[in-house]
Amino acid sequence: MTSRTVEIGVGIFVALGMAALFMLAMKVSNLAAYRTGPSYEVTARFEDVSGLKVRSPVTMAGVRIGRVKAIEFDDEALQAVVTLEIAQRHNRLPRDTSASIYTAGLLGEKYIGLEPGGEEESLRPGDQIRLTQDSMVLEKLLSQFIAKFLEDKRQ
Amino acid sequence: MVNTLRMLGRTGLDFFQRLGRAHLLLLAVLAGVPPLALRFSLVIRQLHSVGVLSLLIILVSGLFVGMVLGLQGYNTLVDFGAAESLGVVVALSLVRELGPVVTALLFAGRAGSALTAEIGLMKATEQLSAMEMMAVDPVRRVLSPRFLAGFLAMPLLAAIFSAVGVLGGWFVGVGLLGVDDGAYWSQMQAKVDLYDDIWNGVVKSIVFGAVVTWIAIFEGYDAVPTSEGVSRATTRTVVHSALAVLGLDFILTALMFGD
Amino acid sequence: MNDTPLVRIRDLHFARGDRPIFDGVDIDIRRGSVTAIMGPSGTGKTTLLRLIGGQLRPDRGSIEVDGEPVHRLRGTALYTLRKRMGMLFQNGALLTDMDVYDNIAFPLREHTELSEELIRILVLMKLEAVGLRGARHLMPSELSGGMARRVALARAIALDPMMVMYDEPFTGQDPISMGVLVRLIRTLNDALGLTSIIVSHDIEETRAIADYIYLLSGGRVVAEGTSAELEASDSAWARQFLHGEPDGPVPFHYPAPDYAEDLLAGTEAA
Repeated sequence: MTSRTVEIGVGIFVALGMAALFMLAMKVSNLAAYRTGPSYEVTARFEDVSGLKVRSPVTMAGVRIGRVKAIEFDDEALQAVVTLEIAQRHNRLPRDTSASIYTAGLLGEKYIGLEPGGEEESLRPGDQIRLTQDSMVLEKLLSQFIAKFLEDKRQ
Repeated sequence: MVNTLRMLGRTGLDFFQRLGRAHLLLLAVLAGVPPLALRFSLVIRQLHSVGVLSLLIILVSGLFVGMVLGLQGYNTLVDFGAAESLGVVVALSLVRELGPVVTALLFAGRAGSALTAEIGLMKATEQLSAMEMMAVDPVRRVLSPRFLAGFLAMPLLAAIFSAVGVLGGWFVGVGLLGVDDGAYWSQMQAKVDLYDDIWNGVVKSIVFGAVVTWIAIFEGYDAVPTSEGVSRATTRTVVHSALAVLGLDFILTALMFGD
Repeated sequence: MNDTPLVRIRDLHFARGDRPIFDGVDIDIRRGSVTAIMGPSGTGKTTLLRLIGGQLRPDRGSIEVDGEPVHRLRGTALYTLRKRMGMLFQNGALLTDMDVYDNIAFPLREHTELSEELIRILVLMKLEAVGLRGARHLMPSELSGGMARRVALARAIALDPMMVMYDEPFTGQDPISMGVLVRLIRTLNDALGLTSIIVSHDIEETRAIADYIYLLSGGRVVAEGTSAELEASDSAWARQFLHGEPDGPVPFHYPAPDYAEDLLAGTEAA
């Protein structure tokens, strides 16, 4: 076998391998979600963030506009502090925007949904979202429902 | 009784001796890797025999494994009404586990055994001795390029295996079973993480590639220089590589995903 | 010309495991000569070549090649010395993944910075010397045993060494290629000013070209001299070996208990 065919074969092999890695990165994985471009951060406080993860999506009107950057615990307030990273071009969200934790489908992953308020002024980088609604925990919901059901029955 | 003990002791000592030899050889081989930058054509030749010649079996197996995953995954998921998650199931199984592991096993069978047989025969036909007498270090001239080639080829092969598998799953799921095309890809992209899944899979395949190639060249270099010795060494390469890959897979998985 | 021997072996001891191979061997190889080391199979003739080449180390004693103590050399010094030694292995030991041309070019490419044009000239010269210039594009698997050895010989002299060691060059050759090899060894030795060491048990061929012969047995030199001297020697050992007598100092029988007793011993003990 001439060295030319060997080299061509190896070239094709390496190109194929690189193409496969590229496809895995671009088409299979969430690489697209990493490239948020310029962004700004706001925080939000929740009583309960069960199920929410770093890099969970942040959406408004069902459209993804950012992602969760960090989840920390505030020892003073005993609350969860979530840092949201929102794309720079969505920098005109009203100040009184509220944040809720939703579940995609019954068992799907958690994400943060933002609902716009009515104020003129916009959220600035570093601001805190005041209005929040906690993660809906299925067990809590069920126990509340059962308690109510039993109460109704007793009456 | 005493004989049994003596035999056990000897087997143990032999084992440690081989283990020591294998590590010393690895050091010598690694020392020969940097100078290869100046003579990369040696590595190209080996990339051809290790990588290009393994390509066909990797492509075909990847495709079929992906198709089987598509079929099995669909049958399980459809009971939960979650057939849209097929993409996630196929991609995660491939990228995290099946890609690196199955590729490494095939690599051991195709490239590893060929390496052992080739080096063992070079030893049996005194080619390695002849090199030494020509003042050419066979470890650097013969083993190092092969080691580097195996090390480089394995992650590429594993990536090709996974990519083809994802396409195979797509073909069965979307093409034949009617899963939504958009859901297949978007769910996959939402759940497969670049670092946690893809990168860790690549790390696994790099480790497997290095270990399988190491075992293969050690067995070849350490083979008893007869036809029987070489055939035994070839068998050992495949068996030891398979065990090493599966054992290491457990350890690496525990380290990477066990949080 | 320097009169000291090119290779000087003194009090050589070497054992493989528990089995002693050499037990106090003294050998001198004169510069420019063809010296034969002969002996029955299993006397460690090949081992001797490996000891001279520094691939094995003696347990005791010294081996000097051109004044350099091979038994103490390591790494670069040993490799530098080896560039001046050629060795012809029993079956040629050609590199099977290259053709004849590349095999001979191999040492040149590894050790010199010569241009491909110069390498081509050198390779063709060496091939011409062994009469195989026309076979340069054949692969080793396409060569007959005799041709493979001639190619290996061309490779062994590629770097113009000071000495060439031949490991059983005549074994398994048909009469024609045997004759070719015998003539080649002698003419190359004289034309290139080499020193040759031949390890062999083919008596006729070796005696025809050797200037000096050492007979080895049981780890010692049992007889030495020119062919004529050995012929005239009264050593029982030399006589048995040179004339291929079945019995003599090397017994026909492997050591065994008394024959009659053995026959009457009943069943074979496990």
